[in-house]
Amino acid sequence: MKISPSKVLLLAGVMLSAMSMSSARADDATARSQPMGANWVSPTGGYSNQRYSTLDQITAANAGKLQVAWTFSTGVLRGHEGSPLVIDNVMYLVTPFPNNVFALDLNNNGKILWKYMPKQDPNVIPVMCCDTVNRGVAYSDGKIFLHQADTTLVALDAKTGKVDWSVKTDDPAKGATGTGAPMVIGDKVYVGVSGGEFGVRGWLAAYSTKDGKQVWRAYSMGPDSDILVDPEKTTDLGKPIGKDSSLKSWQGDQWKIGGGDTWGWMSYDPKLNLMYYGSGNPSTWNPTQRPGDNKYSMTIWARDPDTGMAKWVYQMTPHDQWDYDGVNEMILSDQDIDGATVPTLVHFDRNGFGYTLNRDTGALLVAQKYDPVVNWATKINMDKSSKDYGRPEVVAQYAPGSKGTDVNYTNICPAALGTKDEQPAAYSPDTKLFYVPTNHVCMDYEPFRVSYTAGQPYVGATLSMYPPKGQTNMGNFIAWDATKGKIVWSIPEQFSVWSGALATKGGVVFYGTLEGYLKAVDAKTGKELYSFKTPSGIIGNVMTYEHDGKQYVAVLSGVGGWAGIGLAAGLTDPHAGLGAVGGYAALSQYTNLGGQLTVFALPQS
Amino acid sequence: MISFPRIALAFALAGLAVVGVARADGSGDPAAVSSQDGKYLDKNGIPTFKVFPDGKVDWYTYAGFLRYSANCLSCHGPDGLGSTYAPSLVDALKTLNYGDFLGTVAGGKKNVSVSQDLVMPALGTNKNVMCYIDAIYVYLRARSDGAVGRGRPENQAPKPEAFSKAEDECMG
Repeated sequence: MKISPSKVLLLAGVMLSAMSMSSARADDATARSQPMGANWVSPTGGYSNQRYSTLDQITAANAGKLQVAWTFSTGVLRGHEGSPLVIDNVMYLVTPFPNNVFALDLNNNGKILWKYMPKQDPNVIPVMCCDTVNRGVAYSDGKIFLHQADTTLVALDAKTGKVDWSVKTDDPAKGATGTGAPMVIGDKVYVGVSGGEFGVRGWLAAYSTKDGKQVWRAYSMGPDSDILVDPEKTTDLGKPIGKDSSLKSWQGDQWKIGGGDTWGWMSYDPKLNLMYYGSGNPSTWNPTQRPGDNKYSMTIWARDPDTGMAKWVYQMTPHDQWDYDGVNEMILSDQDIDGATVPTLVHFDRNGFGYTLNRDTGALLVAQKYDPVVNWATKINMDKSSKDYGRPEVVAQYAPGSKGTDVNYTNICPAALGTKDEQPAAYSPDTKLFYVPTNHVCMDYEPFRVSYTAGQPYVGATLSMYPPKGQTNMGNFIAWDATKGKIVWSIPEQFSVWSGALATKGGVVFYGTLEGYLKAVDAKTGKELYSFKTPSGIIGNVMTYEHDGKQYVAVLSGVGGWAGIGLAAGLTDPHAGLGAVGGYAALSQYTNLGGQLTVFALPQS
Repeated sequence: MISFPRIALAFALAGLAVVGVARADGSGDPAAVSSQDGKYLDKNGIPTFKVFPDGKVDWYTYAGFLRYSANCLSCHGPDGLGSTYAPSLVDALKTLNYGDFLGTVAGGKKNVSVSQDLVMPALGTNKNVMCYIDAIYVYLRARSDGAVGRGRPENQAPKPEAFSKAEDECMG
């Protein structure tokens, strides 16, 4: 049939408008590779994990005028970690167990477009060590991805909420659960697993976004074929790791219940095609039951996302004696170091050291304490010629197990919850500073023998926590220079700062406190610009988005998480002696359980 | 270490009314009237704590602090005082008796509804808990009665040999 010229013109017109519609928004992969803007497209604020937005309507000059714009009750109590996504005027968020997912229509005052309410067996709750949290959903190509508490990985149609596919990634009967946010690269969605306190051997896996088939799975310890390393090509601080490097660092079969769980954040460099994440504590907490370096617990991994093969590794805390999980975010940025521009990975570890590495080669550039009270190690050995290069110089009196079990090791800083836990830091390319929510708590730690039963806690230690000697604040929000490893400014907070931070082009940095305050501070000086008390303590991550030309800042409130366990009743100083009056502030005196999203904006002008 | 006769005794005594005592918790008057191999018992034969005039605590109270911290603190918070979601056991033992305590620890607890998802696991097969359950009870009883303060006891009676023996047999 002949096509008439007018039909050709019509067809061309339709094609043209279709093309311009799709290019009006960057494709999903590009959006994740750039700083955040109108949309907040991934749980980590982009592949870089910088949690930085180019939105600048809110500035240091006007942030004092911020107001609550709207709110949403999640309908669930318990700890609200993570943050919502905003993509094309739809907000997506997931609650703590039972992990209900909501899609809210921002064009319609947050009307609920759909909800996904999975039916999960409540018996998964007792195997979640640190509250029933979930760190967020991921989005790509019209699908929402959620890793449920019961280890179901599910893909939902982003328009309707209908289940596209669903797979089980592990087994809660063995103590494995899902709490981390997935990450999508290309046609694969990546998830890790929780369960380090239950002897679950950690893994990181890639699943097809199309149908949920597993593409690869890399364990944190075991034979080379399990952990996806090449004895000659995978390096550790520049040296090949050699054959069976993990197995050789464990005694007997302990590696099979070795932990190294992967419940934290993932980042990705599209140019190098490398993904980065950390592994958690080895199992059990009692170090004398697992002699050896326990590789590769407590390790920064750089892997090829297509094959899973590790390019480099770096273990930060060999033979962990403190529960300093290595799972915190790996922030990617270019930094000027010694006159050269270096592609870096910056990581604020639980163990109190802020690390700067070359993310291409895995070279260690900087390792400094980001809280001066850190005392379990004097420093990280930076002498390339030393056999202990890259290892912490451990102080024996602060090393539980060094004198055997059933001994109480006192005054160790930081406490097991670390100088920072999963609550993610932010980076501003404008100030070149990292904004880090920190804990300022020390501990007594006593290890002892425990037996292993699948699905039951496998911990083997007891601890008492308290602020550092002579101090009363349990947290600080700091600005950090990663080229020098120095604190630039520090805001003390009564309680540990347990929220994720946000940095913006407007020169404002946001964070939340455990009492429930959402705070805005000047990115250059740390001066407080705005503060508002939300209904419950904040352990969520602050994010920002734009709708109808207006910038909004949003955060989940809902106290819980490990902070809600350790700080609810307040801390006491066991070394204060008899007659010491009271202890330190109890979180339960400042806030109660809750579940709310609070969204802020400048007033209508 | 738990024996069937002890559990039966506990359940039988759980129903006794508490009459005219100045100090009482869920199991009645906690005053220690007898001891066996370093373990103290109240007048009803229920395990209890002993605090000596110099502030020293009996071994079971001390061991209970350690085992509570290792197994229960991760939900119920330090020193039995509760977390944002798990109740204070210092409060609970004011009315909860020994038999019900054992039952709850062994069998677990579920409060799942529209407004909450509170689930305590059944720890009956968990040796790390059950081999030390009397010590954990004694410690929490002492905390509940205000006899022992927060934090690690500063001074404790030596570890009885019978305790070590039972521990080894139980843990395997």
